[in-house]
Amino acid sequence: MFGPGVWRFGRLTDSYAEMSRLRNEINRLFSGAAHPFAQAYPAVNIWVDEQEAIVTAELAGIDPEKLDISVQGDNLTLSGSREPETLQENETYHRKERNGSRFARTLQLPFRIDANGIDARYEKGILKITAPRTAEDKPRKISIKAA
Amino acid sequence: MEKEKVDVMKQQAQTPLETERTRNRRVYVPKADIYETKNSIVLIVDMPGVDEQAVDITLEKNILTITGNVEPGALAGKTLVYSEYDTGDYQRAFTISDEIDQDRIEATVKNGVLRLVLNKAEKAKVKKIAIKADR
Repeated sequence: MFGPGVWRFGRLTDSYAEMSRLRNEINRLFSGAAHPFAQAYPAVNIWVDEQEAIVTAELAGIDPEKLDISVQGDNLTLSGSREPETLQENETYHRKERNGSRFARTLQLPFRIDANGIDARYEKGILKITAPRTAEDKPRKISIKAA
Repeated sequence: MEKEKVDVMKQQAQTPLETERTRNRRVYVPKADIYETKNSIVLIVDMPGVDEQAVDITLEKNILTITGNVEPGALAGKTLVYSEYDTGDYQRAFTISDEIDQDRIEATVKNGVLRLVLNKAEKAKVKKIAIKADR
């Protein structure tokens, strides 16, 4: 509903902008207009530690060759398409629940990504992207000297 | 312009098949396409996270049950900071007509999609009824 980047809410700086964005999101939700946009495809989970972020997405039955992953700064964009079955003549659907169409999605990660170190795997219908943090963006440990 | 509403969210199963499961995991109803050809009925079921070893298909009388077990997706040493989906098993059952040849069912799993071809029995295949004009 709120889109990735919601963890930035935890930072107290620039909280007015966050508050107004939140108010807009809630207004949109209750106006009923939010529904076509409320569910973004594909659904993603984002895992992080200090070194890297791992984005997983449930994307069953896509051709990995037709999937594009691009990075700019801390933004990661996934786009691709899923080809629908083509039915022959005299073949009819009993039910059609799976969606087959183009998709594109941009996620904002909590830090900048080293585009050269990205690793993407597609296995059993699950896409797993490992995005390492840029070296200059990594946390530095500061030692405290005794006076 | 009215945009066609597509439901992309995973739907959690209510009470799977009216029995309780021994494994305490979430169960989802996988999305399925079913179409009929001249000789068969084809089921295409989306089960991301499932491979050919984890799928179980049973046909009892005319109830076709599809079960898919998914490994828990938690990553060790990492924090889940943003989550839109949860992992769980898949289960769904369909009632199919008697005209399926139970010995000729083909199932394949590729990229998390199960494809099930149920071939029709010979006797059920062609039954064309000519309509006579009544004057």
